[in-house]
Amino acid sequence: MNTLIEKIKIDWFSNIRGDVLAGIVVALALIPEAIAFSIIAGVNPMVGLYASFSIAVIIAFVGGRPGMISAATGAMALLMVPLVKDYGIEYLLAATILTGVIQILFGVFKVAKVMKFIPRAVMIGFVNALAILIFMAQVPHFLGISNITYIFVAVTLLIVYILPRFLKSIPAPLIAIVALTALAIFSNFDMRTVGDLGTITQSLPSFFIPDVPFNLETLMIIFPYSVALAIVGLLETLLTATIVDDMTGTESKKNKESRGQGIANIVTGFFGGMAGCAMIGQSVINVKSGGRGRLSTLIAGLFLMFLIIVLGEWVIQIPMPVLVGIMIMVSIGTFDWSSFTYLKKAPITDSIVMVATVLIVVFTHDLSKGVIAGVILSAIFFVAKISKVEINKRIQNKVIIYTVEGQLFFASVESFIESFDFTVENEEIVIDFSNTHVWDDSGVGAIDKVVLKFFENHNTVAIEGLNTSSQKLVDKLAIYNDENVKMPIH
Amino acid sequence: MYEKILLAVDGSHHSIRATEEAIKVSSLNSSSVVTVVMVADYENAKSDVLHSGSSVELDMKRRKKIMPIEELLRKHNIKYRVEILHGVPGPTIVEYANKNKFELLIMGSRGLNGLQEMVLGSVSHKVVKRANCPVLIVK
Repeated sequence: MNTLIEKIKIDWFSNIRGDVLAGIVVALALIPEAIAFSIIAGVNPMVGLYASFSIAVIIAFVGGRPGMISAATGAMALLMVPLVKDYGIEYLLAATILTGVIQILFGVFKVAKVMKFIPRAVMIGFVNALAILIFMAQVPHFLGISNITYIFVAVTLLIVYILPRFLKSIPAPLIAIVALTALAIFSNFDMRTVGDLGTITQSLPSFFIPDVPFNLETLMIIFPYSVALAIVGLLETLLTATIVDDMTGTESKKNKESRGQGIANIVTGFFGGMAGCAMIGQSVINVKSGGRGRLSTLIAGLFLMFLIIVLGEWVIQIPMPVLVGIMIMVSIGTFDWSSFTYLKKAPITDSIVMVATVLIVVFTHDLSKGVIAGVILSAIFFVAKISKVEINKRIQNKVIIYTVEGQLFFASVESFIESFDFTVENEEIVIDFSNTHVWDDSGVGAIDKVVLKFFENHNTVAIEGLNTSSQKLVDKLAIYNDENVKMPIH
Repeated sequence: MYEKILLAVDGSHHSIRATEEAIKVSSLNSSSVVTVVMVADYENAKSDVLHSGSSVELDMKRRKKIMPIEELLRKHNIKYRVEILHGVPGPTIVEYANKNKFELLIMGSRGLNGLQEMVLGSVSHKVVKRANCPVLIVK
């Protein structure tokens, strides 16, 4: 009991001032993002706002990475577009609940460890593709609308990038919103506002069961979306958790976080919110602003809801171009600019995987498809790379010595066998395995074949240098020591 | 002479010059210990994590930047420790120096971001302003 109290003290009360201040900063930055992501998904801004409130508050208690901010995100919003367009918000809420269930299962079955196997190149591709998609989603909101739109977007970007040089205490996006909304109201410029794309209800979310038929057909509709959401959500969450781990020099419980994300999404679905996940940008802002504990996430969610209830009527007057400008900033910040140096330095296969992941995501508008394709491509390259076996032949004191380098398994047996000269007769042959490893019965079978073929021409063959596990496998499966054996079919 | 010396490095060749001065100062007192710190900038956290396969690999990448400095210190038989800090370079170094009551802080005048320093204000200037102990800036 004592350690539980200790843990609560550390997680919640060890950094009260920093957490509260950071939480407030995050909430201010989160409002425009939650609204913009709702618009991307094609839903009412309240869906993203309720989601951010609900997810942040719940994760504060059940998450596995204190200091990390979870809310409605771009990555998740992008996946919801077809579902919302074809079936509507109720199905989205149902999918959100199912996403949560899947995520809890992932946590219970310790699937977080699988993330280890997702190659670097795919993760970099994921992040870059996300940045590109967020940018592309802004285009219909600022291209070809009006000159005043361009001006407001440009001014927003100027404020957001230049102001922090002079004023660090108040987040620049907030200043941009306040200043430009005021300007828009007083100047009567003709621009679309948040209010044109939805309403802001100045009240807390309420519980309701999504209005969908409870049958197999609904399940079939939402299941693929929920799986994609679960995967993408966990991917971004675990990446963010690793980043926060690094920034704070502490470790997090990935499976606990997975379960926490699941719980948060289930509850959020019942309160009219869209599925969300951890956010890299906001988590970094949180830590940079001094947030370390669970309190910061809770404050972020609560303060966000408070602001909406109190300031809702001004929120609907925010001009769309300002949100577009902020989203462009988010997109630029999400993109991994060191990818260009990465492309120069990384092996060509990694670069191909990264670019392929980005291209597939951009063409399908689906982050999960790109990740899966990238993982598969990477696996194929990996097998191709390690299936290259190199054999060097030299003659020493009238003995032919073959040195094998590489891995001997089903994918490399053919090139292994082809590397020997079987035309020799009555020679002494040594095959040196000290720089290789035999992995499976195909590998053992290949050794058998080579040895027996040499025997046919009255050569003697000695096998040397097998490491312990290779030796065990060969002892168990090989047949070449049995003199009466003819060539079996391997 | 100085017993608790803080040497702030970033792996640039200015860090090597700063290390050489640290060796000169530290050699005057046989019980002096040099604490080498490098700050992993928050700005690079996302990129660092994305580009490394594991946190172990990331630690090694950072440690590698300090390798030449450690070798130099070992060669001259200087007692030293290494700490990797996380945060915004200037304030993080200052906070660490003040909290641990170092007697002398040594760092290079410029680091890896030569161009940035003209526009943003250099780390070493910020540190000189706010550190409680004497600061030796090596040019």
